Amino acid sequence: MSSASTAAKVKAPPSDTAAAGAGVRAVRRRKLLVLTAQLGLAGFIIGGWQLVTTWGWLDPFFFGQPSGIAQRLVDFFSKGDQATEFGSFWLQIETTLREAVFGFAVGASAGVVLGVLLGQNRFLADVLGPFIKIVNAVPRIVLGSIFVVAFGIGETPKVLLAAVLVFFIVFFNAFQGVREVDRNILDNARVLGASPLQIVRHVVLPSALTWITASLHTAFGFAIVGALVGEVLGAQAGLGLVIKTAQNQFDPNGVFATMFVIAVIVLLAEWLITKLERRLLSWRPPSPSESAVI
Amino acid sequence: MAARNDVATSPAAGRTVRDDARIEISGVTKRFLTPSGAAFTATREVDFTVEPGQFCAVVGPTGCGKSTTLSLVSGLDRPSEGSVRVGGREVNGITDGISFMFQADALLPWKTVLGNVAMGPVFRGVGKAKANASARDWLRRVGLAGFEDHHPHQLSGGMRKRVAMAAALINEPSILLMDEPFGALDVQTKAIMQNELLGLWEQLRPSVIFITHDLEEAVALADRVVVMTSGPGSVKAVYDIDLPRPRGSVQDIRFQPRFLELHHQIWSSLREEVERAYARTTGEKS
Repeated sequence: MSSASTAAKVKAPPSDTAAAGAGVRAVRRRKLLVLTAQLGLAGFIIGGWQLVTTWGWLDPFFFGQPSGIAQRLVDFFSKGDQATEFGSFWLQIETTLREAVFGFAVGASAGVVLGVLLGQNRFLADVLGPFIKIVNAVPRIVLGSIFVVAFGIGETPKVLLAAVLVFFIVFFNAFQGVREVDRNILDNARVLGASPLQIVRHVVLPSALTWITASLHTAFGFAIVGALVGEVLGAQAGLGLVIKTAQNQFDPNGVFATMFVIAVIVLLAEWLITKLERRLLSWRPPSPSESAVI
Repeated sequence: MAARNDVATSPAAGRTVRDDARIEISGVTKRFLTPSGAAFTATREVDFTVEPGQFCAVVGPTGCGKSTTLSLVSGLDRPSEGSVRVGGREVNGITDGISFMFQADALLPWKTVLGNVAMGPVFRGVGKAKANASARDWLRRVGLAGFEDHHPHQLSGGMRKRVAMAAALINEPSILLMDEPFGALDVQTKAIMQNELLGLWEQLRPSVIFITHDLEEAVALADRVVVMTSGPGSVKAVYDIDLPRPRGSVQDIRFQPRFLELHHQIWSSLREEVERAYARTTGEKS
């Protein structure tokens, strides 16, 4: 009896583990395949670029060259204070990042506050609606010129430009998020005796948070763009200035190398924001589309 | 009055009924403005009364203003004409001591089960620890002990309804408004939830207005059934259900001769309205 039951016990799991093992192997094989294809594609693009410029089909003077870009990157990070005319490369990164982060913080907070306020107040929304649409239609990047004229070539105009770009993205999402709050949930909270402030804190904000955090991904990219454009328009330090200088010296490799560094920064920020999002929205059921999000 | 109280408290009620729980709806007409500016009459001259501690079901065809009537009682909306009085006082703003239960979940998906149930006391300014303790107690009463830290999306439809029930009852409301609360449940779960609702109602004895499309449900649960006409809604007839309390299992009561008799009687009145409402929707479409 006991031997029979142990035999059954021993017998049942192997087929299960075998099936599970096969499943794990299949998943691993697929991951490996995708990774190989990705590496192959990257190699093809970079290798092709390198070859095409070496063979002279494209002029490396205009289009740069991967080996040159790599060399420039090494220069940027190894030459210390001599890396650029305005100090070390780390200083440039720090400057741009500081401007972008400040701008991001200012723009995002203003966007959330105003979005929630207007989302709650129909009258205010109806009055201000057309004005916001008009301002949104203005190519705001041009505001950079005004900011540089008004505030000089310090960091303030870059922070402002980044903040303006971020504000509208976050604002529209917060506004929409507040408008999408489930009516039943609102009514229920009101009947239970919630004050307007409690409704904002317990119902409206958490509900809008899905929309707001979704907008933060794009918003940080725009904060960097704002800071860079501000620096290109006039600055004493920053990655935008490095790009502008490289452009003036007909140095495409320098432009590409800086672009690459910026891309890495944005990806890092994206990773951080995703972590924050996971934390804030941990209550959400795992959605099947999440893995498809790039 | 004494006789009323007798009837209401007879089944060993754990509580005395409260006089502030009488709902009087008299001559209520509610018009809405459509977005184009035209007036749409949802209810016309609605009249009925719910005695303190009474379970009143409202049946009627789709779009007869049942839900509108509920929002008028809760104070979420105001009548265009007529008056809604709760405990003798005109409803003006959110009525005190009311809880709502909807067909769709009104649970906050970002709060845990415990947090959802504790919402009622928290909104009334009760301290967090005390609110949580009372929420824990209520979750035990609806049979959800051990699920405090789950989020609503992790629960089944029936369990979510239990959470909603605990959340609605935790403030010990004198009036409970239910808008097709079990409309979206499967038949078995629905029967279980109806039994649980009756059990909890008998402990607390709030006055209930229970909206439903399901006449069997209405007769099985209620003391009084109000039949409404197709839109604009008005009261067609009021039936007192004299089935004894406690009713016991709602599945079993359906086979009692008195139940069938009442069901038949009310259905013959309701059927006309349902058919009229149906003819109208199909007539408009063709």
